[in-house]
Amino acid sequence: MVTVIFIAIASLIIASAVLVVISREIVRAALWLIATFFAVGALYLLLEAEFIGVAQVLVYVGAVSILILFAIMLTRQHERHEPAWRAGPWWIALAGVIGLAAVLITTIGAVPWRLTDDDLPVSRAPQLGTALMREYLLPFQLAAIVLLVALIGAVVIAMEERRRRTPTLADDIAAQRGAADRAEDGTP
Amino acid sequence: MSMIDAVPLSWVLTLAAILFCIGLFGVIVRRSLIGVLFGVELMLNAVNINLIAFWRYLEPNLVAGQVFALFIITIAAAEAAVGLAMVIAVYRTRRTIVADDMRNLQG
Amino acid sequence: MLDAYAFIGVFFIAALVFPLVPLIAAWRLRPQRSTPIKRDTYECGLEVTGGTRVQFKVQYYMYALAFVIFDVEVVFLYPWAVAYGQLGLFALVAMSVFIIILVFGLVYEWKKGALEWA
Repeated sequence: MVTVIFIAIASLIIASAVLVVISREIVRAALWLIATFFAVGALYLLLEAEFIGVAQVLVYVGAVSILILFAIMLTRQHERHEPAWRAGPWWIALAGVIGLAAVLITTIGAVPWRLTDDDLPVSRAPQLGTALMREYLLPFQLAAIVLLVALIGAVVIAMEERRRRTPTLADDIAAQRGAADRAEDGTP
Repeated sequence: MSMIDAVPLSWVLTLAAILFCIGLFGVIVRRSLIGVLFGVELMLNAVNINLIAFWRYLEPNLVAGQVFALFIITIAAAEAAVGLAMVIAVYRTRRTIVADDMRNLQG
Repeated sequence: MLDAYAFIGVFFIAALVFPLVPLIAAWRLRPQRSTPIKRDTYECGLEVTGGTRVQFKVQYYMYALAFVIFDVEVVFLYPWAVAYGQLGLFALVAMSVFIIILVFGLVYEWKKGALEWA
């Protein structure tokens, strides 16, 4: 039963990841990416890392996906008939990636993994919280610094000057209205 | 019955390896910068699957596996925030997000 | 362990079936006579103006940004909260420092005017 569930989740992950790469429309690729995130979260639950699974759903499915969709909204242009992939020999990349996968999978098969017989600790989330407050206190505070830097950096990079802002939907419609009115009047 | 008895570790690692390679392929071939970022996110997820699998199958009493995964999720969120902000800034000045058009630094 | 998630699985399947059945039923039962007007985009009943691919305001991204950063903060709050009983005052100070660092970011975003919808 667990094997069946694992195979179902694994095929979902791989199928949606492939669709992320081959989807021509970038929004579809984004939605398949969200499906991949969700399936990876399910895999974490199956691996009994419940907290990481919840964090995956909260951060990736909940927040990062919104960021991605907003970024697509802010940058979309007329790309419908353009190819999704760069010009050039993509099969070389495919061959290289398949070679890498072959090397990795052979290595995985060759290593003698020393599997544990230990039972899983019962209270895993409190254990994680204790570790964050003790051994990993410095990385924990550094994570706050990283997030602060990311927030300030992204605001500095993406914020636009009010003087030369790009036209919004309302401006576009106003411009089109103006053009239509001028055409009706017959004045250039 | 838990996963550790039913599914061998090598299956999980193979899944992560395949996901990593799909992400790498996406990074190489995608035209738009946002598509390249999607590939990076897939690769980060593959790494996280590896960490959680090692924690569960090899060292379940060592909390580092979960802590590392949590920090990778944090860093990935920060990376997505800054990366997409850069894509927006590039789009504003260039009116394009196609990776091949960014050739200013290429002598 | 799996029994606990069986409920979620049942809910998941029910949530998939619930919208799919009416959609499929409607698709099978409805008369299939299509006209250009029927296939037009619905925009509150008015005639459609302009294209759908327009420039949105960057403020959307600023809000999403603040949401992502504080979402990650909440993820860190959870294990801290469940372990709080064993940790005591030191954990309170450590988490306060963490939150104060992030509040600086919010203050910066606010001062910079990134949250203004103008």
